[in-house]
Amino acid sequence: MNDVRLILKEGTLTALLSGEIDHHNARGIREAIDETAGKTKPKELILDFSRVQFMDSSGVGLIMGRYRLMQVLGGSVTIANLPPKVEKVVSMAGLDKLVKFEKGVVYRETDE
Amino acid sequence: MKPMNEMNVSFLSCSANESFARAVVSAFVAQMDPTIDEISDIKTAVSEAVTNCIVHAYRDTLGMIYITARLYEDGGVQIRIRDKGCGIEDVQKAREPLFTTGGEERAGLGFAVMESFMDDVLVTSRVQKGTTVTLKKKLARRRASND
Repeated sequence: MNDVRLILKEGTLTALLSGEIDHHNARGIREAIDETAGKTKPKELILDFSRVQFMDSSGVGLIMGRYRLMQVLGGSVTIANLPPKVEKVVSMAGLDKLVKFEKGVVYRETDE
Repeated sequence: MKPMNEMNVSFLSCSANESFARAVVSAFVAQMDPTIDEISDIKTAVSEAVTNCIVHAYRDTLGMIYITARLYEDGGVQIRIRDKGCGIEDVQKAREPLFTTGGEERAGLGFAVMESFMDDVLVTSRVQKGTTVTLKKKLARRRASND
């Protein structure tokens, strides 16, 4: 339900997020991403929100924390496929200067 | 004005109850026939208020969170989220966007989201006594009466 699937391909780590992102669920997502990113040191981290049904400001904190992590690793963060409901929360944080936004790009687990 | 319906629920400040709080409030408000956007706004605001209780009011401890929701004839919804936690010393400061004492993983947007997603947000707090957040929203009624 609430989980994150990670795909590493050519220096890009893609996190397929799903379910509800709140303070409770953000911890597991954060730990999974940070563990893999720490080991693989990707150049880009893509957070794909297309299957996220709910998100509060804890999700914004999650994005900001991953931005800081990628700064340390010398890489960038891309926010992909924000559903309108989620976009409303994210837009309040003014993240435009920190991360790249993209829409309509399909990321899959079996993306070979 | 007298509410036409009211509910009370209380639960321990475990973070697993954040989704429970959203679900129970949205299930109660559903009888008002809200739009998808209205219910989404209410769920988000409740989630922020309850998370504040868990992360701040009862930091490093567990305590009870009390929610009262009231529905009014004119489409008004009032949700009160109360804790008996540490209280907020400077409410005005706490309400400022991006201000947080919650550490690096917190965005400091809790009250800003509540204010933006609801019509009215009232915060009363007493240090060492607790905090009450009252959220109000007027729903656009799609039915003339609620029978």
